[in-house]
Amino acid sequence: MGPIDDDNCVLRLDDVTKVYSGIVAVRHANLALRRGAVNVLVGENGAGKSTLMRIIAGVEKPSLGRILLDGKEVEFHSPADAQRHGIGMVFQELNLFGNLSVAENIFATREITRGLRGIDHRAQIAKATEFLDRLDAGIDAETLVEDLPIGQQQLVEIAKAISLDTRILILDEPTSALSAAEVDVLFKVIRELKAQGVAIVYISHRLEELMRIGDYITVLRDGQITGHAMVKDIDTKWIVRSMIGSDAKDFAKSVEHRLGAEIFRAEEICLPRRTGGLAVDHVSISVRAGEVLGIYGLMGAGRSEFFECAIGQHRHSSGRIYVDGTEIDASDTSGRIRAGLALIPEDRQREGLVQALSIASNLTLASLDRFVRFGFHIVGEKEQSAITAAIRDLSIKAPNPDFEVTSMSGGNQQKVVIGKALMTRPKVLLMDEPSRGIDVGAKADVFRTMRRLAGEGLAILFSTSDLEEVMALSDRIAVMSNGRLVTVIDRAEATEEMIVTASAEGHKTTREHA
Amino acid sequence: MTTATTTTNAPEAASGSLLLTLMKLRTFIALFAVIAFFSIFAPNFLSTANLILMAKHVALNAFLAMGMTFVIITGGIDLSVGSIVGLCGMVTGGLILHGIDLQFGYTIYFNVVEVCLITLAVGIVIGAINGLLITKLNVAPFIATLGTLYVARGFALLSSDGQTFPNLVGKPELSTTGFAFLGSGRLLGLPVSIWILIVVALAAAYVAKYTPIGRHIFAVGGNERAARMSGIRVGRVKMFVYMFSGFCAAIVGLVVSSELMASHPATGNSFELNAIAAAVLGGTSMSGGRGTIGGTIIGAFVIGILSDGLVMMGISSFWQMVIKGIVIIVAVVVDQAQRRLQQQVTLMQLAKKG
Ligand SMILES: Nc1ncnc2c1ncn2[C@@H]1O[C@H](COP(=O)(O)OP(=O)(O)OP(=O)(O)O)[C@@H](O)[C@H]1O
Ligand SMILES: [Mg+2]
Repeated sequence: MGPIDDDNCVLRLDDVTKVYSGIVAVRHANLALRRGAVNVLVGENGAGKSTLMRIIAGVEKPSLGRILLDGKEVEFHSPADAQRHGIGMVFQELNLFGNLSVAENIFATREITRGLRGIDHRAQIAKATEFLDRLDAGIDAETLVEDLPIGQQQLVEIAKAISLDTRILILDEPTSALSAAEVDVLFKVIRELKAQGVAIVYISHRLEELMRIGDYITVLRDGQITGHAMVKDIDTKWIVRSMIGSDAKDFAKSVEHRLGAEIFRAEEICLPRRTGGLAVDHVSISVRAGEVLGIYGLMGAGRSEFFECAIGQHRHSSGRIYVDGTEIDASDTSGRIRAGLALIPEDRQREGLVQALSIASNLTLASLDRFVRFGFHIVGEKEQSAITAAIRDLSIKAPNPDFEVTSMSGGNQQKVVIGKALMTRPKVLLMDEPSRGIDVGAKADVFRTMRRLAGEGLAILFSTSDLEEVMALSDRIAVMSNGRLVTVIDRAEATEEMIVTASAEGHKTTREHA
Repeated sequence: MTTATTTTNAPEAASGSLLLTLMKLRTFIALFAVIAFFSIFAPNFLSTANLILMAKHVALNAFLAMGMTFVIITGGIDLSVGSIVGLCGMVTGGLILHGIDLQFGYTIYFNVVEVCLITLAVGIVIGAINGLLITKLNVAPFIATLGTLYVARGFALLSSDGQTFPNLVGKPELSTTGFAFLGSGRLLGLPVSIWILIVVALAAAYVAKYTPIGRHIFAVGGNERAARMSGIRVGRVKMFVYMFSGFCAAIVGLVVSSELMASHPATGNSFELNAIAAAVLGGTSMSGGRGTIGGTIIGAFVIGILSDGLVMMGISSFWQMVIKGIVIIVAVVVDQAQRRLQQQVTLMQLAKKG
């Protein structure tokens, strides 16, 4: 561990340990956060990054150890307490009120009031717009948060944290639902804050982001700090090695297999936007058995909406879906699922997990029929062995499958959502940002599983904002922009430039109009 | 320093985990507490006759509470069960006494078994109406079942103009006799209604634990959107729980009429509140996703024994209400405290180890 010059150190964790029922999440961690710098934290899923940050932000109390702020010992009893000391945090799982507007969310608990005349909504909206514009978010401050896609919600969350004007700003996977363009803007803002002397903590599983923005890097492994360095002295290989103890597993080796007949076809899918215009604009696409189709696009390109139309979540969408050559009449989700479709939703908290149920029950929820005898009796052993297999295949870090699913780290929860969909044995698998928040090792596991399933004859459509991912994994690449399908390219012919240019096409015109 | 902390921590953690075990078993403890209390202070409380009488009282509430448990686990509520009890009682009474008058001089009479089946069907149909209102027309469960509460009660009163159907002995020539068996018959020394309760409770517990529909009930209550995305037919699951609740209420309607050998249209008034109380006392979470049949049954016993015991002690019915209310609130407060304590205890234990 490098020497810590105390002038620059604003907050220090001294021998901090945190235990939850059943597991030690962080053990004897010493961490120093430096002023005017981006302090990066990396580690596998469940390594304890979020826990460590929740301790600093006053959400959790350390079981043992001290927090030193400016050299003085402090104790935070609540997040509000930490905020008073100048500490703000963007949580990995969003913490917004869906039923309130963006402006109300940003100023929740700090409402701008006009004495007895109550909340000054106009001032709040003006201020909120200012922060949102700084992030180039293009979000109307008066919309309800629940109407925003998750990427935009993430931007609102970031705007809220920035508006706190804190000395220490913790960003726990702030970019997991953002695409390249938004990340660039965020990094610009981070550099501004850094110049103002704010200490920034940045957690992410996108290693190239860390290399771009980080100054200091700390590696966590199984709750222990195992490495600390200046980012300029290291490379991604070093990160991976200290994270998982070995070199990175390769992204899925694309085993050559023959493609089968067409299994999935979407024709003329349209979805009107609430504000007018089309969120999905006459999208037609077909995928063959054994084929992996990557859909690339920037935020708001309509990828999630397209998937949602395909799975029957939008009653007012139009178009036709064919599976195995026959048109599906069912317009509701359960009908579509029975027809052989499955979707891994982007928003795991709202649509992926049943929080009150155990890890095990969540995994088998969608495929209980497979473990049933006489049509109604769930055979315990069959279910159990399937759960064990899923936990092993996806390397889910679950101390006990009977624990509640929310007791796991964010990345491991994502793996449960993936595992659940894979168990349903669909014909067509739609994956909306499947790699959101999972570490490099797990990503390789998931990608290998996707390849294997494709080899078994599944058609897979997945969306991602990660160029490298889409290039490495797809047989064909579709680029969406502003609701339209701009182009579909064979991987052999695709270049990164082509994809980036295509993905920006529709957006340019709208930005100009706006 | 270290020795000091360990010595102070050890007994603390030990007493903490003891307290925790006590709190986990709180419904059981509440049950034993009321039994112990009344066996000391209420004369004849532990006599076999009294125990059986109490069990029969408890059974009525337990049936309703089981149906209610499933409904609450899906995140809903069923306020109509009390009225369904009343209406089903009237259906039974009417069929046994008067049969169905076909208007042109003929009257159809059913034998007792048929009467029971028809009554159960009526309960299930009302449950299905609740379910349809909630799933197809998107009426909030509270409002939908509040509506059927009034409608069912109204029909119960209309069916006899508010009068009681007395003396349901039936006539041998119509084979409508023998209805009393349900309410006062015995099998192997236990009342028939208790046997029915045991069968239904075991079936319900089995469904909750070992069948897909059981899992689906919990999933729908835990996160409806996620359940839908997992391919669960949410509408069907909801239909099932309201129909089961109606079925349970119909059983109670039959048993009550059979016990009294009469049906009164006001029977079952405010039974729904007792059922909700029993479910909550047994650990069912009002926000959905959590609950067990076993817990609910124990909850029903606590409430039932409490009311009967207080009556036996001669405590005024006004005080009975106060006491019942306090017990319900305390039970829920303890439930919350237990969750907090549970975290603290494990924390202390692990902190010591690690
Ligand atoms: N509320 C909780 N109850 C019990 N265990 C918990 C709880 N929250 C976290 N844990 C456990 O603590 C460990 C560390 O979790 P944490 O969320 O800090 O991981 P992380 O490094 O942020 O991972 P990820 O990259 O997946 O977000 C995990 O093993 C997790 O299971
Ligand atoms: Mg995390």
